[in-house]
Amino acid sequence: MRTLYLALKYLAVTLWSGFVIFPFLWMLTTSFKTANGVTGGATWLPWLQYQPSLGGWQSLFGGAGGVNIVRPYLNSLVVTLSGSAIALILGTLAAYGLSRFSFRAGPIRNGDITFFFISQRIMPPIVLAIPFFLMLRWLGLLDSLPGLILIYVALLMPIAVWVMVDFFNTIPRGLDEMAWMDGCPPVTTFLRVILPNVMPGLVVAGMFCLIFGWNDFFFAFTLTFTKTQLLPVSIVALNSSVTPWWALSAAAIVSVAPLAVLAFVVERFLSRGGLAGAVR
Amino acid sequence: MPTSWRWKTAERIRPEGQTRPSARPSMPETAMYRQKYIFLLPGLLVLVAVILFPLIFTIRVSFSSWDVYNPGLNNAGGAMYARLWDDSRYWEALWRLSLLSLSTVLIQYVLGFALALLVWRDIAARRFLRVLFLVPMMTTPVVMSVIWRMIFHESLGPLNPILEALGIGAQPWLSQATHAFAAVMIVEIWQWTPFMFLLLLAGLLSLPSEPFLAARVDGAGPVRTFMSVTFPMMGAISVGAILIRAIEASKIMETVYVLTSGGPGTATETVSYYIYIRGMRDFQIGYAAALSLTYLVIMAVALTLIAKALIRLMVREARA
Repeated sequence: MRTLYLALKYLAVTLWSGFVIFPFLWMLTTSFKTANGVTGGATWLPWLQYQPSLGGWQSLFGGAGGVNIVRPYLNSLVVTLSGSAIALILGTLAAYGLSRFSFRAGPIRNGDITFFFISQRIMPPIVLAIPFFLMLRWLGLLDSLPGLILIYVALLMPIAVWVMVDFFNTIPRGLDEMAWMDGCPPVTTFLRVILPNVMPGLVVAGMFCLIFGWNDFFFAFTLTFTKTQLLPVSIVALNSSVTPWWALSAAAIVSVAPLAVLAFVVERFLSRGGLAGAVR
Repeated sequence: MPTSWRWKTAERIRPEGQTRPSARPSMPETAMYRQKYIFLLPGLLVLVAVILFPLIFTIRVSFSSWDVYNPGLNNAGGAMYARLWDDSRYWEALWRLSLLSLSTVLIQYVLGFALALLVWRDIAARRFLRVLFLVPMMTTPVVMSVIWRMIFHESLGPLNPILEALGIGAQPWLSQATHAFAAVMIVEIWQWTPFMFLLLLAGLLSLPSEPFLAARVDGAGPVRTFMSVTFPMMGAISVGAILIRAIEASKIMETVYVLTSGGPGTATETVSYYIYIRGMRDFQIGYAAALSLTYLVIMAVALTLIAKALIRLMVREARA
């Protein structure tokens, strides 16, 4: 009975691991193929089943049959990093304000403001796409990095507020009040006394901002055309009727690799219990 | 600065029902207290400017017949809403989306919970497995969908040879309606079960150990322990995780766009994708605005009802 239970357990884990790894293995092996290696049917083993080549990887830097992804890569880095950083700063400030002070405007209280922030995540991207399009056109920011950064700040801020309000609520208010008594103004109190205590929260919120920012495709797709291309858009552009599978796979690997590393960071937090707060 | 405060974040215990910060007593009014707006206003103003105003503008646009031939705001009354009412393609897409999102979220919940239980405690290499199980949610959905499109390729992809070797036979993955629907589901499950897994495992790891000791002392087996100890304690967390995923699943469109372009025919077209076709491809801005506002309202109402039902079903002690 006990052996059967254990066998089933490891069987389930193995099956799911196989399912998770499958696309990664496939894109790894495909990235070393040539046109001949692809049209011969599905093959997995280099040298034995197909002759490997570095063509797919070279095409990432402008070689034949692919797309130069250096520029889109840098664009994606700039937009994701600056969008996340600004969203994190504004979101953390707002979350601290909402956690520590009471605001009211007519019937609107703190809870309603927090809900307003968080409820933005419910908004389907398509609902916002058209007004964003018209707004950026009006501002002259269509197809530009600043325009995208502005949109990403608004999209990522709710995540930061959501995570940070919870983290701030766990820090006793006595701590702020003590600092105030000593004549420390609120902004300094926030920076010197409270912020160092919510570092785990900042890491969690920052991580989620990076994930959702880097992985966004829809807004990058609808709000840019040719001048400013982000990485996911240029990869999907390769996905046509005659797709260069090797170039596509190589591009996909360099695109998902940096964030896949984040899984290690998330796991560290998870196993230490640091994520318990972010769950609720 | 005492570093011990940091551990407060690890063992947070929040009284039931106290989810809103306004429920806490506020600080005394002082002169410095007036500086509170420095914190809230920058973020709030950005959000109002970037999201709220455009949304209000969309309401106005939905009462116009703005399109390629007739750009700009005119007054079309409720014409767009009348057109929407008779648009069977829209309602079919809505029905399809409900089916797709509810079924995938349910499967993700069951699988995510099972996986979280598997790597929760005694298992070899559990930290490695946790990392592995988390990886898909870190990857860009559209990029992975492109890879999945290769995998599902009927003659050159690696999936059909495997199915043939297993004796199941090759499947017309992306050219048959039911198969294409299943393909979208598989990709969604691969991509987002890790998110469910993350939330549920974080929940499991935050559970107190005493009830499990008590169950062991009473001689309860693993099934009994799960049914009467683990599952009830995970009620609130489960509802949260399902709702977050349901919200995200109600927006499904990128997977569909890359994998099937809504096809074959309109067999995998979701609401978002249909609105995208009308708004961004046909440039019927007025009609797309009416469609998206209706979509938003229906989704908000549906998700609220689902939330109420789930809380009733799964969170017992909260209403004691």
